[in-house]
Amino acid sequence: MERIIFYILALIIVVFAIASVSSKKMLRSVIYLLFVLCGIAGIYFLIDYNFLAAIQLTVYAGGIIVLIIFSVILVHHIEMELELAKRSKQLLVGLACLIGLGVFLTSIYSYDFNVVENSITTSTADIGMGLLSYGAGGFILPFEVISVLLLAAMIAAIVISKGKKLTDKKDTTV
Amino acid sequence: MIAGISIYEILTLTTLLFFIGVYGFITRKNLISILMSIELILNASVINFVVINKYLYPDILQGVFFSIFIIAVAAADTAIAVAIIINLYRQITSIEVKDTEIMKY
Repeated sequence: MERIIFYILALIIVVFAIASVSSKKMLRSVIYLLFVLCGIAGIYFLIDYNFLAAIQLTVYAGGIIVLIIFSVILVHHIEMELELAKRSKQLLVGLACLIGLGVFLTSIYSYDFNVVENSITTSTADIGMGLLSYGAGGFILPFEVISVLLLAAMIAAIVISKGKKLTDKKDTTV
Repeated sequence: MIAGISIYEILTLTTLLFFIGVYGFITRKNLISILMSIELILNASVINFVVINKYLYPDILQGVFFSIFIIAVAAADTAIAVAIIINLYRQITSIEVKDTEIMKY
């Protein structure tokens, strides 16, 4: 049963990822990206990390996709078609990516992972205790650094996006 | 771990996703599309962290913590990138890569 669900999810992820990087319509490409992210959340559910799946759904599917759709609608006409790269360049890049894929896959398949058979369920409380513990193996310092980073990103986004038009600035200085 | 699925199959999936992202990153000519390709690459690496944690070291949680940090940093960089793109569109009315050649100072 899990096998079938995993293969369906993998198919969804790969097909929509390819559609997302090759679609000519901008908004459709964003929606395909949304499907990819939901498929990845499904994989987290399968692998029994429910908290991470919830984060994936809220932060990526809920936050980032909405942000990207917002910017697409602000800067594009809905019917505008993207210009694609030249056919020769597409083929060249595709070939290079296939070569890289081959190298990665041969190195992955030639390495012998010693997999531990388990069915441990991780509760959200474990993750919270790990993030907030300051003993050995605790992650309190990066947690605080991330909070400062998010504050800095928020202020930076406000300051950058409320900047004036270049033409206005010229008018006032001259 | 997922019953009946070996780690190789999941790593194959993430490798595919990573290279699709790289392909989009190189061939797209639009700043928002490039941002979306970066999201694909980051997601592939996050799945790798989670899967390797679950299959090889199930009794510790370091991979999950790193995944949470990666997701937070990705959210922050998307927010700033969207702010920059909107500001750029106000100034040069285009977000194609080839038109992007000015800075504020």
